[in-house]
Amino acid sequence: MSTIQQAGPTDEAGTDSAVAILAPRTSSTERVLRIVVPITMLVLAVVAWHFTVVLNNIPKYILPKPYDVVVSLSTDWPTLLPALMVTLRITFTALILALVGGVAMAIVLVQSKWIELALFPYAVILQVTPVIAIAPLLLIYVPDTQAVLLIIAFLVAFFPILSNMVAGLKSVDHNLLNLYDLYGASRWQTLIYLKLPAALPYFMAGLRIAGGLALIAAVVAEFAAGTAGQGSGLAFRLLEAQYRLNIPRLFAALIMLTGTGIAIFGLTSLIAWLSLHRWHESAIRREN
Amino acid sequence: MRGVSKVFSNGTLALKDMTLDVQRGEFLSLLGPSGCGKSTALRIIAGLGAASSGSIDWPSSKINSKGLPQGDIGFVFQEPTLMPWQTVLGNVYLPLRLAGVSKADARPRIMEMLASVGLADFADAYPRELSGGMKMRVSIARALVTKPKLLLMDEPFAALDEITRQKLNDDVLRLWKQSGVTVIFVTHSVFESVYLSNRIVVMKARPGQVYADLPLHTTGERNAEYRTSEEYRATTQEVSTALHDAIHAGGGTH
Repeated sequence: MSTIQQAGPTDEAGTDSAVAILAPRTSSTERVLRIVVPITMLVLAVVAWHFTVVLNNIPKYILPKPYDVVVSLSTDWPTLLPALMVTLRITFTALILALVGGVAMAIVLVQSKWIELALFPYAVILQVTPVIAIAPLLLIYVPDTQAVLLIIAFLVAFFPILSNMVAGLKSVDHNLLNLYDLYGASRWQTLIYLKLPAALPYFMAGLRIAGGLALIAAVVAEFAAGTAGQGSGLAFRLLEAQYRLNIPRLFAALIMLTGTGIAIFGLTSLIAWLSLHRWHESAIRREN
Repeated sequence: MRGVSKVFSNGTLALKDMTLDVQRGEFLSLLGPSGCGKSTALRIIAGLGAASSGSIDWPSSKINSKGLPQGDIGFVFQEPTLMPWQTVLGNVYLPLRLAGVSKADARPRIMEMLASVGLADFADAYPRELSGGMKMRVSIARALVTKPKLLLMDEPFAALDEITRQKLNDDVLRLWKQSGVTVIFVTHSVFESVYLSNRIVVMKARPGQVYADLPLHTTGERNAEYRTSEEYRATTQEVSTALHDAIHAGGGTH
């Protein structure tokens, strides 16, 4: 499935320079199958769904046909799109704040043992408390409901970034740290040239977790907050559709959320791949 | 670097009153059983761990805030210790980058250094694409790119196979002759130390001390011929005996 290309050894470098650089190559059949197999499975599932509804005469308000969902998706678009935008705005604002906050906090935490000891209890308390449980409290303290949703989504996305970043910043090769000391590197240089790049794989792992969690938190927080009217997100539209037994619309909203989740996963995976594929084992295909 | 003397004793007595004068341009091997403090001594010389007592004198050098001669020391660790996210070029650039040299200015020096270790074609490769021996060459290139007066090597080839190791030994000898750098080479291999050095300091353990100081002058070139010569064999035997005695003098069960 792959070809081995011999890197031209130089005369000077001797025996150990004859290193094989592997060029992973997938055959065209496999590449086609990689796309065809999952799509076929998806189509089969939708067809099975359709016939289950039709053959069992299941009413629309219990389980709509796939076609009804598609119709709802297009007719309810004017209602659902603004809701999607609200949810997206909360999700991404929370994610960006969590990224900035998590990284900054991690850098502060690893500066000194004492700072870490002093702040550690708060980190643990906040992390072990189901954040959604403080939503009622936040709703009292914070007048703006949208701000409450943002705070909750932020808190949920914040900790994976923080804990991964702390682990990453601490896992720097000690000899490399020694080397930086030897060359008289400043704290700043060590951070920028050594610690942050070394923590990048950990950060990316945190980003992928946080991306998914931010969306979940944005939805769950909206359930808990029960926003009404203006500025309401997809979660509110879900509940609303349920009350009205508008199940096709409920499915349509659900599909939009799923699509958003997939998009976030794809985006964070792409960012991770782009930044790591040149050097990190996690982004390299194994060839034996 | 004339008359460097250092006297230190460590709290855990890893090293006790070790005194050593290193002459400019020497190739000195620190040889001893594991636990004799030879790596500790090397790290103290590099300023990576303070001596609990005693001092290191650096003649004729600018001394920085940490009491080290600025930019005059290169260090090669047992592992290549490369940054995986940087190319070979980026890794060798590191010491110059930390010293504030721009990449454009540093580039010719880096390429010259890479050429002298036979890696000119691999400047843009990432460490993971290189073999163990090549990574070690990058590490050596990085240590020498600042043109240091002193090169410290901490069992650099211990993890490499015999063939690669011999090749790198020859490279180190060649670089040493070309640059006139002073080398302190930590090893536990009698053969390696005899092949490379013109002075072998045998250390004993518990506490780490200098046991024997053997100057070494060979008549001919150090090459494959030397490796099989009677002179090499005799010296090896002499050094082995000294090491054997050192192990027993240390009272250790090695």
